[in-house]
Amino acid sequence: MTEVTITVNGDAQTHDVEDRTLLVHFLRDHVGLTGTHVGCDTTQCGACTVHLDGKAVKSCTILAVAVDGAEVRTIEGMAEQGVLSAIQQAFKDHHGLQCGFCTPGMVMAGADMIRRYDGQLDEHTIREELDGNICRCTGYTNIVKALLSAAESHRATAS
Amino acid sequence: MYTYEFSYHKPKSVEEALTLFGEFDAPSFLSGGHTLIPTMKNRLAMPDALIDLRSIPDLQGIRRNGDRIEIGAATTHYETSTSDIVREAIPALAALAGSIADPQVRHVGTMGGSVANNDPSADYPSAVLSLGADVVTNQRVIPADEYFDGLFTTALEEGEIIQHFSFPIPESAGYAKLCSQASRYPVAGSFVSKFGDTVRVGVTGAGSDGVFRWTEAEEALSADFSAGALAGLLPDAEEMITDLNGSGEYRANLVAVVTRTAVEHQGTANVR
Ligand SMILES: Cc1cc2nc3c(=O)[nH]c(=O)nc-3n(C[C@H](O)[C@H](O)[C@H](O)COP(=O)(O)OP(=O)(O)OC[C@H]3O[C@@H](n4cnc5c(N)ncnc54)[C@H](O)[C@@H]3O)c2cc1C
Ligand code: FES
Ligand code: FES
Repeated sequence: MTEVTITVNGDAQTHDVEDRTLLVHFLRDHVGLTGTHVGCDTTQCGACTVHLDGKAVKSCTILAVAVDGAEVRTIEGMAEQGVLSAIQQAFKDHHGLQCGFCTPGMVMAGADMIRRYDGQLDEHTIREELDGNICRCTGYTNIVKALLSAAESHRATAS
Repeated sequence: MYTYEFSYHKPKSVEEALTLFGEFDAPSFLSGGHTLIPTMKNRLAMPDALIDLRSIPDLQGIRRNGDRIEIGAATTHYETSTSDIVREAIPALAALAGSIADPQVRHVGTMGGSVANNDPSADYPSAVLSLGADVVTNQRVIPADEYFDGLFTTALEEGEIIQHFSFPIPESAGYAKLCSQASRYPVAGSFVSKFGDTVRVGVTGAGSDGVFRWTEAEEALSADFSAGALAGLLPDAEEMITDLNGSGEYRANLVAVVTRTAVEHQGTANVR
């Protein structure tokens, strides 16, 4: 067992974990935040996407011990005081989810691409950037609409 | 919980990494882990200790050194693709890095891990071979022409650590690939570098022996650097991979197509 401290959505979380513990299992089993999903064992589906020190990563392919001291943001850290973030609201407004399994990963990957492009996103770029996220319900059309609309609100607030 | 038990170590120097490597029965170095961890999940690799190289300063950073650029083995694909130094000196290399896998994988996967692994469909080996980079390890400097040694096989010895890559800066270079619709790994990718009268072509994804230099194309392009100079040239279909993505004949033709495209799009990566 190794003691690991990771700041999750602003709270320092210290837990004794086995070296083989994946970040996604640290979040789900040790911290108790089950919004981050596991959808594959090949690092392809993106359901486990979280922000690690500000960048979107697949938490199923990172060891918790390797990121001791890091800051992580999960889907639970997106809403503020019960108010959905703009990107979550856009998914709701545009029916960007069906079963919802892929949604946490889509939202975290979407927030990351909006940050990197400072909201300057068109449909083609969004589809390219979503390469690492799979929606089993194949609801891409509305996911893309939600991200276009969230990118637009980002540009509006930035300017 | 996915994987079986193993121990994790994070050395701060190459010496410490080597000492640790000597202490276990079946240790493995770890960089981004985006090849190794999936491989461990399905038990195709079962190291008993992971020695994480990412905290070692000798493996970090991107530098311009005279007429070369040096990229640390632990540099992520994202860092390489967004580096001003790489973008200015070898824009096609930055563009290639930005075309690997997806954004999340690019934030974690590293050049050292990719080139050490030498997957026959990986992107970086084509650039390392075409540019004639030096692979600088804790023991020696390995020229690219002597480094790649077939599928998932390299000149690296057991316990040898890649510290950085040293790339000569070409007059121009370009990369083009056609990706598999499912995995997005290249079905064929070609990196074409021009150094004055010398042209080098590194082909990935296609050769049944892994990345290779297409020497007939190099000769034709050295005499006349234009897509037209490649007319009628094809690599030997017998030496190409045949799999779900296509036959050897299909791959041979595709190598010619992506090589022409790379000649026509110097300074960038053309991805389809
Ligand atoms: C979904 C997905 C899609 C992908 N698509 C592509 C793609 O389209 N194109 C592509 O090229 N790649 C692709 N990859 C692979 C990705 O680029 C990997 O990150 C990369 O190949 C391995 O780098 P790593 O840093 O993760 O290495 P690791 O997994 O940490 O290590 C890989 C191997 O290299 C060894 N190693 C690592 N560093 C060193 C070193 N410095 N010295 C000596 N040995 C070392 C390790 O011991 C291990 O055996 C994909 C990966 C995933 C998960
Ligand atoms: S669970 Fe991480 S990519 Fe599928
Ligand atoms: S909404 Fe069901 S997997 Fe995407």
